[in-house]
Amino acid sequence: MILVWLMVILFAGGIGAWLAESRGAEHPRAVALAAILLDLFLVILMLVAPDTLGLGTADTVAQLGQQGEWLVLLQADWIPRFGVSFIFGADGLGLMLIALTVFLGLVSLGAAWGEIHERSGFFYFNLLWTLAGVIGVFTALDLFLFFFFWEVMLIPMYFIIAIWGHENKEYAAMKFFIFTQVSGLLMLLSILVLVYFHYDSTQQMTFSYFELLGTQLPDNISMWVMLGFFIAFATKLPAVPVHNWLPDAHSQAPTAGSVILAGILLKTGAYGLLRFTVPLFPAESVVFGPYAMTLGVISILYTAKVAFAQTDLKRLIAYTSVSHMGFVLLGIYAWNAQAVQGAVMTMLAHGFSAAALFMLAGGLQHRIHTRDMDKMGGLWGVAPQMAFMAMFFTVAAVGMPGLGNFVGEFLVLLGSFQVSHTITAFAALGLVVAAVYSLIVIQKVFFGKNVNNLKMADLSGMEFLCLALMMIGLIWMGMYPQTMLDMAQPTLQSLNIAFPG
Amino acid sequence: MSSAELTDLLQIILLTVTTVAVMVTAGFKRDHGLINALTQTGLFASLFIFVIIEPVTPLQVTPLLIIDEYSLFFSALIIIGGIAVTAMAYPYFEKHHQYNEEFYLLVLCGTLGGVVMAASNHFVSFFIGMEMLGISLYALIAYPIHSPKPAKFPLEAAIKYLIMSGIASAVMLFGMALIYAMAGSFEFAKLAQAPSGIDAAYQPVLLVGYLMIIAGIAFKLSLVPFHMWTPDVYEGAPLPVTAFLATVSKAGMVAVALRLLLAAEAFNFGEVTVVLSLLAAASMIFGNLLALLQSNLKRLFAYSSIAHLGYLLVVVIAAAAVPDIVSIESMSYYMTAYFLMSLGGFAVLSALSNSNKELDSITDIQGLFWRNPWLATVMITVLLSLAGIPLTAGFIGKFYIFTTGVEGKLWFLLTVLIIGSSIGLYYYLRLIYTMLQEPHGTIANDPAAARLPVGLNVVMAAMTIAIIYLGVYPTPFIETLQSLASTF
Repeated sequence: MILVWLMVILFAGGIGAWLAESRGAEHPRAVALAAILLDLFLVILMLVAPDTLGLGTADTVAQLGQQGEWLVLLQADWIPRFGVSFIFGADGLGLMLIALTVFLGLVSLGAAWGEIHERSGFFYFNLLWTLAGVIGVFTALDLFLFFFFWEVMLIPMYFIIAIWGHENKEYAAMKFFIFTQVSGLLMLLSILVLVYFHYDSTQQMTFSYFELLGTQLPDNISMWVMLGFFIAFATKLPAVPVHNWLPDAHSQAPTAGSVILAGILLKTGAYGLLRFTVPLFPAESVVFGPYAMTLGVISILYTAKVAFAQTDLKRLIAYTSVSHMGFVLLGIYAWNAQAVQGAVMTMLAHGFSAAALFMLAGGLQHRIHTRDMDKMGGLWGVAPQMAFMAMFFTVAAVGMPGLGNFVGEFLVLLGSFQVSHTITAFAALGLVVAAVYSLIVIQKVFFGKNVNNLKMADLSGMEFLCLALMMIGLIWMGMYPQTMLDMAQPTLQSLNIAFPG
Repeated sequence: MSSAELTDLLQIILLTVTTVAVMVTAGFKRDHGLINALTQTGLFASLFIFVIIEPVTPLQVTPLLIIDEYSLFFSALIIIGGIAVTAMAYPYFEKHHQYNEEFYLLVLCGTLGGVVMAASNHFVSFFIGMEMLGISLYALIAYPIHSPKPAKFPLEAAIKYLIMSGIASAVMLFGMALIYAMAGSFEFAKLAQAPSGIDAAYQPVLLVGYLMIIAGIAFKLSLVPFHMWTPDVYEGAPLPVTAFLATVSKAGMVAVALRLLLAAEAFNFGEVTVVLSLLAAASMIFGNLLALLQSNLKRLFAYSSIAHLGYLLVVVIAAAAVPDIVSIESMSYYMTAYFLMSLGGFAVLSALSNSNKELDSITDIQGLFWRNPWLATVMITVLLSLAGIPLTAGFIGKFYIFTTGVEGKLWFLLTVLIIGSSIGLYYYLRLIYTMLQEPHGTIANDPAAARLPVGLNVVMAAMTIAIIYLGVYPTPFIETLQSLASTF
């Protein structure tokens, strides 16, 4: 029930925030803060003291006939006509992603705190509903339910971009929505084909993930069905060539929106590949693996080069996100223990570093009203704290040893090297290019002369706190990644990934 | 006639009595409020009468009508449509138009026509119902013609509809005649044996008969390429009538069309499936594409309804390959969702309009979310549902179409459906975006800021709640539909 509570608190908090607006523009954010803090408290309790919540590997797992370690599992009927039920479950991987979601939710609230004053009630409503939708995505184990949440997280995000976005918001919001929705429809069709063939062979209509694992599809269509899933997740990830909604959405979204998009929404794509695409279609994924890995490498290199050509700070960071997510794609399709562990680490670490960078970029834009790097320069002297933070997170994103991103990308390369030497060699180039485009940002924005004589306030206490927390997180991941690796381990084992020794 | 038969006919009888009562009352006392209330009472009474009817087994009442759960379900939808239109019409005409009493007479006649169609399994009742509805519609569309300042162009729209509809009826009659010549019966059920009873050389005559009837049906449902009249008539007609046209006239026709195709086993002709598939694909693509270009909301809804009937046709076509009950269930669900969405959408537009001035341009709803959050919320729910986003009835409806299509292995149509819905997303989202924009300037006498009549609020609230309820917890409703389909 605890998983449902996490969502209910956010859904209710959203409505509460909207209603609270009538009492004053400052009330909604307080309500939102309370809801997220309550959620965070519950998540921390789940992580450190699951006994207090009466959690543990539930008995129902045995009924579902699944070997994996499910910390929480809940099942109830929803639409029996279609064999649709509520199945929520969280294992180590899910729990980490939920924790990331709630934590970054708090960060995005910090980003919005001083920025959103107009129509704040509706803003926080959308913010909380997006978070609730994402938690739903990370916990749903019924394909219908999964698709349902997949869409639920989309609409509030659309509103956030469309209402509080910047100059070109209509275009960006529309593009974001249409890319996700159309690829989502392909996934829906694939889900239905899968369910239909399962029904054909067993005479049992069900959307349960556990039941559908191992469904045999006719050879001539199985590849297409797999592709339906793959395209939906690759769009969200995003991977070249379906990535180009992302720079627009990121650069036009308000800071809090960018934080959530980069930090959490992209991870839903990676999660989908890991949880659904590969396990549901193991044979097809083996055939498709080299192509997916190639796409991953193209994403890494191509978008790194495009990032280098940007003058818009947020667009640049957006492209680097695509580049880093290329490593995730590569790691998932290499499909061995190191690579997948690396992909999971990259997901978490990139969640922090990208969210922090977008928060900084958004903060800059809010202060000096431009994202054009050519107009900036010499800001180190003006805002030293901000400059330091930017330096730290840029270096982290590049893959500095000792920080989370390094561990992730290193493991991915280590794992994929066992699968393909050529592909890995090209992917490793990505690390070099990353250094180039990242340093140019620091160079242009914080060093050099302050030609336009820009003046601005340094980080506020709220911003500093959020960034410092993410900093600690990244250092932890870099110094003692074993915490996360241990949590992900049972999940990966249940996905039948071979572990050495 | 037995008492059981009379009981089952009560709904139709009550509607007829209400029509006569309204006519007589209007003759003695012209009072808009009174007539409106009388109409509503009659409609509500006939809606709830099936608490008494409740047919466990289908009952053939006279050779013309069959009363079963299917017919009662569609009658209920049609009557709900009538109720909503009556509620919209009162504020629309009151204070802006003289002599409004006959309007309700026509609405009642049209509703009765729709109910007859839903219950018909005989060409004669099919045609009678269709013409009752059609003739009422000619007059309804042209209703504000004597108004000194009609909002739109009722005469042009009415003439267009009259001529086109007349031709369609003629084509359909000819088709019926051909089938009768071959089968020797007007009863749907007896048509199934017709192909085996006649010489192979005459089979094409039967086929041509079916195709002519399909052409007529396609006209009434405004499927591409028989859709030309739709945008003009939707735009020219007064708003409540547009709502009536979009819902009641479609529901009656869809109900009887599916009954005809299934009972007569018309799918045994491969050509019927091919033609229907082409109609569906063309409607999905062109309906959505043309909707992109519209700046008038009524025209936009016209094209969007073309696309939605294209989607609906996919489940009808699937009936050729899947068990009848699956197809009936899916079709009834989608029709219900379409009904709720259309009524909700038109109710919002009609809240902004009156018979002298209709706010039906896209720019008129700019910033509606900030001008009147309630109206905008209803509209956004409707649009999200039309776009097929989860939490709404439209999503479950589309889900039904997908499952039925997959079961029938209609890959081509499903691909077209995905393309069509993708295009559709664009214009639904554009409308939502327009409503979220800043309102331009201060609008003098903003109709969105005015107090809304209670009836309209009730309609909008009911539709919104129903859309969300059916999207979140459709199970009880699905059970109703399953029982309806199993007794078909």
